[in-house]
Amino acid sequence: MATPAALELVAVTKRYDTTLAVDNVNLKIPAGTYCCLLGPSGCGKTSTLRMIAGHEAVSEGDIILGAQNVTDLEPAKRGTAMMFQSYALFPHLSVLDNVAFALKMRGVDRPTRHKRAGELLELVAMSQYAGRLPAQLSGGQQQRVALARALITEPQILLLDEPLSALDPFLRVKMRGELKRLQRELGISFIQVTHGQEEAMALADHIVVMNQGRIEQQGAARDIFHHPRTEFVARFIGGHNVLSDAGSLIAVRADQLGIVPFADGAFGAPALLTQTEYQGSYIAVSLTLDDGTALFSHVPEATFDVHPLRPGDRVLATWDPAKAQRLQ
Amino acid sequence: MDTSEDILQQASPDLIRGSDTARAAKAARLSPSFISWLQAGPMMLVFLVFFLIPLVFVVIVSFWDYNEYQLLPAFSGRGYTDTFEGCIAQLPDLCTIGRTYLKTLKLCFLVWAITLFIGFWVAYFLAFHVKSKTWQMGLSLLCTIPFWTSNVIRMIAWIPLLGRNGLVNSGLMKTGLINHPVEWLLFSEFSVVLALVHLFTFFMVVPIFNSMVRIDKSLIEAAYDAGATGFQTLVNVIIPLAKPGIVIGSIFVITIVMGDFITIGVMGGQQIAAAGKIIETRVNALQFPAAAANAVILLAITFLIITMMSRIVDIKKEL
Repeated sequence: MATPAALELVAVTKRYDTTLAVDNVNLKIPAGTYCCLLGPSGCGKTSTLRMIAGHEAVSEGDIILGAQNVTDLEPAKRGTAMMFQSYALFPHLSVLDNVAFALKMRGVDRPTRHKRAGELLELVAMSQYAGRLPAQLSGGQQQRVALARALITEPQILLLDEPLSALDPFLRVKMRGELKRLQRELGISFIQVTHGQEEAMALADHIVVMNQGRIEQQGAARDIFHHPRTEFVARFIGGHNVLSDAGSLIAVRADQLGIVPFADGAFGAPALLTQTEYQGSYIAVSLTLDDGTALFSHVPEATFDVHPLRPGDRVLATWDPAKAQRLQ
Repeated sequence: MDTSEDILQQASPDLIRGSDTARAAKAARLSPSFISWLQAGPMMLVFLVFFLIPLVFVVIVSFWDYNEYQLLPAFSGRGYTDTFEGCIAQLPDLCTIGRTYLKTLKLCFLVWAITLFIGFWVAYFLAFHVKSKTWQMGLSLLCTIPFWTSNVIRMIAWIPLLGRNGLVNSGLMKTGLINHPVEWLLFSEFSVVLALVHLFTFFMVVPIFNSMVRIDKSLIEAAYDAGATGFQTLVNVIIPLAKPGIVIGSIFVITIVMGDFITIGVMGGQQIAAAGKIIETRVNALQFPAAAANAVILLAITFLIITMMSRIVDIKKEL
């Protein structure tokens, strides 16, 4: 297969008329990395991906793949391949011809390209569907075909635009595992756009959290979850409470926010317990601080049972200041 | 329907029991297939009365006998034998009817090829290069301008343009490109084809445009991503996906041109024989069985062409 290569974005900017979609993004992705661009819709993650793919012109800055500056190259000449959100399979071509499409465009003869396409279909376990049309496949099967089609050019980097968003939750988790396995086996970089933090944390070696065209924070999933730098990241990544403490904002993880019955003079923020939800291994407790801030806590079942609380009880929310994350 | 109601009744009998309206509705409920027939009924009736029955009459009359002034309702193949009179004797030369049909087919092919070429590119431009829906609408409406006046007026309007002393000839003479007026501009095959193309390109544009706007734009990006050039994308993606539109447009144009006699008559200076003109001449001579026989022949040939085209694309599947 292709030789993996590192990707570097240098001060990449994208402007549409007057609006700034991507603002001065600097990013280094080592070869063989599973990278997720994570952010809400309109944060510039898709524009960034499309610029890497070559489907969108770069307004300013450079994109360097391996030793080559690919900023102004055509998509097919960059060593990238893209998997589209809706899969974009050619409806009039069979699965085999869809996968072989790029080779046909290069003028590879029919037996050779069909043989190669057959190998890739085997890689994604779709060999028995080679003769079908895309409309005769389920969403998950279409995705495998799209994956095989993108990989036939032996790209150094595979770009995936929200690949799992069209699937149902069960299939999403299953395909997620397969994407990760495939990336490990091929050893090339996958760069995936997603708005699901759970998906990003499950898949990515490197997460890039974007907001309003800028990178808010990047790093390994654990880094980001343990040390969210900004309020946006803490809220977007989930599992964190953002509250003000001594005039500055801090983030406290839901599983590190303790709840004890109200007692005068004890340490903690007084709050009203609004709701409890049984979640199996833990109880999800919602509370409202006296200043109106809504908090939630994941209390282990055993801890909760020591002094069970009910909605309407006055409580104290407690946390370890050493583990709370101060936000910028 | 019934099963869900049964389940509902088992689950909460009180809900249904005593509800007269629900019971009445069930009694009055018609089977779904009957309802679909009912919905298609009015159109079927119109189709039957105004198309199928007249067509059956045409076929019947084509087998009647006739003399100089009346129809004779007795079975006879004269309508057909008169039409093909002398055809076998003249072999290997083509008889009049053979030559006429050959000419009609030639005109039809020329008009089809030109309207397809122009129509395809106009539709392509509208579908892929005009980004805003408003402009697409506006420009499509622009294509309908030829239909804002009657066919007769449009044809007459060609005369001052293409005539012996018309705009084109005098313009060419002034620039010194020619010394004598060009004769073939008007009342010729050229002018017939020109007028027909002008009339029918729109019938090609609409269905092709319809097919093209339904092509997912990401397919074109996917082709580009796979290294396809613009021409390769056209051949491998756009044309195959626009095929239903191309076939439907072709059927429109071919059926209309095959039966046309007004445009061919006026623009050809009544000098060009065509299948439609034969029927007109026979009708004018009150030889209805012969006219009907020719209509049946024309119908058969047109039907044959369309069947061949439908072989290329399964239209029912594509709609």
